[in-house]
Amino acid sequence: MKWYLITCFIALAAFAKAQGGYKVGDAVADFSLKNVDNKTVAMADYPAAKGFIVIFTCNTCPVAQAYESRIIALHNKYAPKGYPVIAINPNDPNTQPGDSFSEMQKRAKTKGYSFAYLEDTGNQVADRFGATRTPHVYIISKEDGKSVIQYIGAIDNDTENANPDKITYAEQAVDALLNGKKPAITFTKAVGCSIKRSRG
Amino acid sequence: MRYIKMGLRNVLIILTCWLWLNPSTSQAQNIRLLTLNQLESRLAAGKDTTFIVNFWATWCVPCVAELPDFEKLQATYSGNKLKVLLVSLDFKSKVNSTVIPFIKKQHLRNEVYVLNETNQQEYIDRVDKSWSGALPATLMVNTTRNLRQFFEREFTYPELEQTYLSLK
Repeated sequence: MKWYLITCFIALAAFAKAQGGYKVGDAVADFSLKNVDNKTVAMADYPAAKGFIVIFTCNTCPVAQAYESRIIALHNKYAPKGYPVIAINPNDPNTQPGDSFSEMQKRAKTKGYSFAYLEDTGNQVADRFGATRTPHVYIISKEDGKSVIQYIGAIDNDTENANPDKITYAEQAVDALLNGKKPAITFTKAVGCSIKRSRG
Repeated sequence: MRYIKMGLRNVLIILTCWLWLNPSTSQAQNIRLLTLNQLESRLAAGKDTTFIVNFWATWCVPCVAELPDFEKLQATYSGNKLKVLLVSLDFKSKVNSTVIPFIKKQHLRNEVYVLNETNQQEYIDRVDKSWSGALPATLMVNTTRNLRQFFEREFTYPELEQTYLSLK
């Protein structure tokens, strides 16, 4: 009976985790996290932005690394059009030392990140968003003073970056929004590294 | 000439025995590509066998950490109708350079496959609707008992054992 209850609890917890977080169409509460330049960054700090490409990512996950140059390219292409990338690292450095704040600073400098790369201590923002993996993309647009989620999922359908006919989900979603339309595809799944949540 | 032939034959026999007895070599030869259809056929054909299918990758640190627990579970319950399958989601281009050397080094005894699917939008949902795609992930199936449970999480050995035993 005891094991049965424990198993039920585990299953429920897993279910709650999978079902939790924001859905497409939800309004997002602002966050305030420390950037690699030691300054705090919030969405409110971008008054001119039309929206955001929020990406939960990290230093250590090979899938995130495979997408790193595409994340940089997304920011370079869409920040001037009003959709900057905000990268958020939700991994607990106690579990994953390579994702500590100082390692984030090093990586941002070496790779020349021109976007914010924020430390999500205690993975509170990742929990609120319902992010489960790195990289995990949330495209947000400003509507009537609210920040509304328009797309959740993968950057594209080609992790290995080998297929010239790849579907660029994130780009297509932002392009649609820039044209005053809703994205045709609003939700995708992708294999990625589980977020190393803090056990504290 | 005859001596040379006999010598060659002995070398061949010794080589064959060595390949046969060396588990890492024979395991490495067993790595196969597996489509989801092939996996589902295997699960259905197993009838009252409980399958524990662990989705992992060599690049996934917590996956690699829990692989010995899946090995231990299969070894502990080898008398039961339990079959652990390790399905790697490594890039197919890395099978020879990374996955096979990894399996050799770890001396994995369980059956190891590399998933032969490309469309993540299709196959992630087919494994389980609740799977976001994060690794590690584990599927437990018993066709006869109409049992199918999915876990997007890591397991410690006691957790894995409890979860397996609670399926009964």
